[in-house]
Amino acid sequence: MSFSLFFQSLINGLNLGATYSLIALGYTMVYGIIRMINFAHGDFIMIGAYTLFYTVPLMVQAGMPAWLAVFAAVAVCALVGILVETFAYRPVRKAGPMSALITALAMSIFLQNLAMVLFGSRPHNVSGIFSLPSVTVAGVTVSLNVVLTIVIGLAIMLALQLFVKNTRLGKAMRAVPQDRDASTLMGIHVNHIITITFAIGSALAAVAALMYCTTYPRVTNDMGTTMGMKAFIAAVLGGIGVIPGAMLGGILIGLIEVFVRLFAPGWYEAVTYGTLIVILLVKPSGILGRSVGEKV
Amino acid sequence: MLEVKDLKVSYGAVQALDGISLTVKDGEIVSLIGANGAGKTTALRTISGLEAASAGSITFDGHDLRRTVPSRIIGLKLAHVPEGRHIFPEMTVEENLEMGAYADPDGMESVMQEVYVRFPRLKERRRQLAGTLSGGEQQMLAVGRALMSRPKMILMDEPSMGLSPLLVQEIFAIIQEINRQGITILLVEQNAQMALSISSRAYVLETGHITLSGDARALLDDARVKKAYLGQ
Repeated sequence: MSFSLFFQSLINGLNLGATYSLIALGYTMVYGIIRMINFAHGDFIMIGAYTLFYTVPLMVQAGMPAWLAVFAAVAVCALVGILVETFAYRPVRKAGPMSALITALAMSIFLQNLAMVLFGSRPHNVSGIFSLPSVTVAGVTVSLNVVLTIVIGLAIMLALQLFVKNTRLGKAMRAVPQDRDASTLMGIHVNHIITITFAIGSALAAVAALMYCTTYPRVTNDMGTTMGMKAFIAAVLGGIGVIPGAMLGGILIGLIEVFVRLFAPGWYEAVTYGTLIVILLVKPSGILGRSVGEKV
Repeated sequence: MLEVKDLKVSYGAVQALDGISLTVKDGEIVSLIGANGAGKTTALRTISGLEAASAGSITFDGHDLRRTVPSRIIGLKLAHVPEGRHIFPEMTVEENLEMGAYADPDGMESVMQEVYVRFPRLKERRRQLAGTLSGGEQQMLAVGRALMSRPKMILMDEPSMGLSPLLVQEIFAIIQEINRQGITILLVEQNAQMALSISSRAYVLETGHITLSGDARALLDDARVKKAYLGQ
């Protein structure tokens, strides 16, 4: 393989990987706090992408930079995240994990069909969000758009890590999954923290939508299914419930996918899903997860 | 300061508390003693809003606790050191203390220094994950965390549980010291001997009912208490 091709693939892998990481964070944060796999999470990319589709032209019309539309996407995703948590998940929270899981699957189907009713089943194209040129360095052509989205993705992950580590709210978000009763005794309103977690997870999916649409500007109502599934694998690979694990898992899945596609184009999905099977067999708690029994 | 009246709590068909009443006055140490499953922990958890009462009233410092959002109770300066300590195992010792001041973070630094003076072990281990502490250290941390909220009153649930006799002495000495500094204490204990010896008054709880109450010294000499709880 030429150096140029390798480097090109590395950039593509990091771009795809950082996108997966951002989505995986949503799965992992929600799992961390309420031990629930939010299978509707992938569809928030779709919600973010449709918001971009409608707001990017508005920004351009208003003479503002197109990427500002991401703030609209973040706001819409966070709001829908809060609504879904409050009206669909909270009422079944005490009914056990199976009810929660089925509710999440139903929510996914609901969101996809709602999008089909609202926007049609025909794909939409998001117009250019970033308009940076491509540059050629040492014989390698790199799209600065892609480099920029990688930088944005990594910066957001770093910011999230600092937020969770150092702020009062971030510490409360870590405290709740460790001990819900003790958190209440400390004065933490557990339901508020859960809602905020959903809002942040959903907002990260909006940023993932921005990254994804920069490279693949096609928006469909079911785009969240595959993306969500792969990001879920990434979260499990890194160790579900562990924030740095989601970041690592996402990057790895992105790189695996791009490089496998390079050598054996027909095999990349088989390898991605195979990774899930292997990790579940070898280390079910994931790369960074600690092997502890299911917390009660 | 704390007044509980005719408090009833049930878990499904099981009546855990069947109309208990108790009062704790400003500055007192009051113990609630009784066998396993008598409802002692349920009583404290209900006062703190972790369990819902089905009837009765709980008044703390003029506030109706049954109508208070559980996470607001600490803001009324009523802290709770739960049974089994319930520290945050994956946070450092210092972060655990910070969580204690979550409801009222102003001036946290100076309170933390006071806690470190009282518990030098916690200072030595402040960067360590709380889950790696020994049982005694975790109990100190749970008490220190409660002190971080600058409480007027602390509910203490089995602070001596699982500790060596030496540490039991130490923790009871600490409870007395905290009380001397003006913090009112409601103590739940299976170690009735120790609890009664540091309390001014006590209540005996048996399967959801208060069967005896009064001056702690008098209860220490009471034949029924001696037989049932002091093994004499």
